Amino acid sequence: MLPWLLLAILGLAAGLAVTRPARGGRDDAALAEKTERIDALLPQTQCGLCGYHGCRPYAEAVARGEAAIDRCPPGGAATVAALADLLGVEPLPAPVSPPARVAVIDERLCIGCTLCLDACPVDAIVGAPRLMHTVIAALCTGCGLCLPPCPVDCIQLRPVPAARGAG
Amino acid sequence: MTLPRHAWRGGVRVPRHKNLSNTEPSRAPPLPARLIYPLRSHIGTAARPVVGPGDRVLKGQCLAEPDSYVSQALHAATSGTVRDILDYPVAPGDVMTASIVIEVDGEDRGIDPWPSLPADADGDAIQRRLTEAGVIGMGGAGFPSHVKVREGLTRTVRTLIINGVECEPYITCDDRLMREHAAEIVAGARWLKRAVNAGECFIAVEEDMPEALAALQAHPAEGVTIGTVPAIYPAGGEKQLIKLLTGREVPSKGLPIQAGVLMHNVATARAVYAAVVEGRPLTSRYVTVTGGMTRPGNWRALIGTPVSHLLQEGGWRGGDQRVIMGGPMMGMALCSLEVPVTKVTNCLLVQEAAPAFLAAMPCIRCGECLRVCPVQLNARALYEYSKAGDLDAAQDLNLFDCIECGACAYVCPSHIPLVGYFRAAKAAIAAAERRQRAAAENRGRYERHQRRQAADQAGSATASPLPAAAGEDREALRAEIAAAVERVRARRAASEPPDGERGGPA
Repeated sequence: MLPWLLLAILGLAAGLAVTRPARGGRDDAALAEKTERIDALLPQTQCGLCGYHGCRPYAEAVARGEAAIDRCPPGGAATVAALADLLGVEPLPAPVSPPARVAVIDERLCIGCTLCLDACPVDAIVGAPRLMHTVIAALCTGCGLCLPPCPVDCIQLRPVPAARGAG
Repeated sequence: MTLPRHAWRGGVRVPRHKNLSNTEPSRAPPLPARLIYPLRSHIGTAARPVVGPGDRVLKGQCLAEPDSYVSQALHAATSGTVRDILDYPVAPGDVMTASIVIEVDGEDRGIDPWPSLPADADGDAIQRRLTEAGVIGMGGAGFPSHVKVREGLTRTVRTLIINGVECEPYITCDDRLMREHAAEIVAGARWLKRAVNAGECFIAVEEDMPEALAALQAHPAEGVTIGTVPAIYPAGGEKQLIKLLTGREVPSKGLPIQAGVLMHNVATARAVYAAVVEGRPLTSRYVTVTGGMTRPGNWRALIGTPVSHLLQEGGWRGGDQRVIMGGPMMGMALCSLEVPVTKVTNCLLVQEAAPAFLAAMPCIRCGECLRVCPVQLNARALYEYSKAGDLDAAQDLNLFDCIECGACAYVCPSHIPLVGYFRAAKAAIAAAERRQRAAAENRGRYERHQRRQAADQAGSATASPLPAAAGEDREALRAEIAAAVERVRARRAASEPPDGERGGPA
């Protein structure tokens, strides 16, 4: 009797040991894949307007069902529609998209403190300590996160010149 | 000797309006006050300038060199001074493009031409000369000719086609060129044929161009067949003419070389002759200036001439008519008349009267657009999908095979601007792809940034480019920043102009 009981207990324990992490892993994998697919639909401005620190954290929150799909202003209606399509939910009214803007550093005032380099989430600012910094306009998403840390207020957001004709 | 004719579906007969501009010999306009050379005016990468503001340049002197394999050289069309290199509107759509602007001095002094290539020059030498001379396809797409020759050197060319099928209404620049420079075109064709070792060479013109045909046939050449094709629009389209003459089809998204064909425009063939034999770079071309004006005709225009200069010479007094660059079927209305003539500008058409605006009516599913499409696309379904914004479905129906010839819109009884929808859909797809690429790049930089910051916080000194990590302590840095802020404040108060002038933050 006892050997049979031991064997049964051992089998149960082994089964649990094998299936538990596997099932948990499957859930994790599914969540990661969902996050990946949501993240692919976000505009990657990393602006934080959704209330999360970047697109990836927002995608994770949406994947876990903790955030609504209408929190991304730069994505606008297109992103809301794409997310609704992906998740199989009703589209929500789209947030108002901010106008396209680009950060510009007044190079005469920049003191080379590098604080904006740290703040720019997409590495669109180049510079070195005690040397003038500048924004690579083509890489700037216009999020404005570089403005608050600047100790001399030498950065401002300017409207992107409207592209004329078919680019 | 006649050209072969294979079955070809689609197309439409359109009123030709050629007599308006092809009866008079071509004329040379007076020198314009300035010439404008956009560094990017065709497929491929922008050219790299080799002159700077203030430089004196002579006719034929190189202004910019090709910056990559698919790029073109630019040469001054007359003597003058480089005024500047700046963003300038370029057709279509007034896209601001970095351009070399030359102030013409009126002396028209030139450099000596290059020596002719020897008669036994090989394909490589010809290819190098075409690169040097900035010869690109003058039929419309502006594909660098040396790239086509290179394709022909590495792959088998069964058929070389010299395209004189000027199928769009109103345009007669190739017609006049063939009448006036037939010998050079045939000679250019023979150089091209030899360069790529083509099996056969056809020079094709339309049935209703008897003068051009006669002029070409006056210069018979061995291995070159000169003949006509039906005057059906768009028989002069690259893929259409290949099908018509060889019976072979170019695969979707493919190049003619995949059907064993190389095609060059007649004007390109002449530019090849000029480069190889006369040693001259490509600096001028025939441009048809026609429509509502007192002196329509063809001009031997310098590349870089502002469009307004040719219009004035043609006797257009201005007004609110639209000016179209290209023909009525595929051309684009100009926003600015200061845009320059480029190597691919074939026609300036002033609409004789403002076209009556015909409001688009609902599609009645008559199927005319399907019948005339030279690419056998389902134009009706493409229209529905493009209008509804279902871009994936439009792409599944091969939207990108549309050559935008406009035949479908021309026959549509409901006046639906079909090509307008197709162009908009293509542009939307291209824009979405650009956004997608930008987002992927942003994501990569964001992830690297996050990793760097995490490493920084973990105290790894080497991972961060920031000053605090370079062995300095943060307190010293803060003090340094505070001192710098003070200096800036003092400078602002003392000497800097007020905020309004530099447009800085309030």
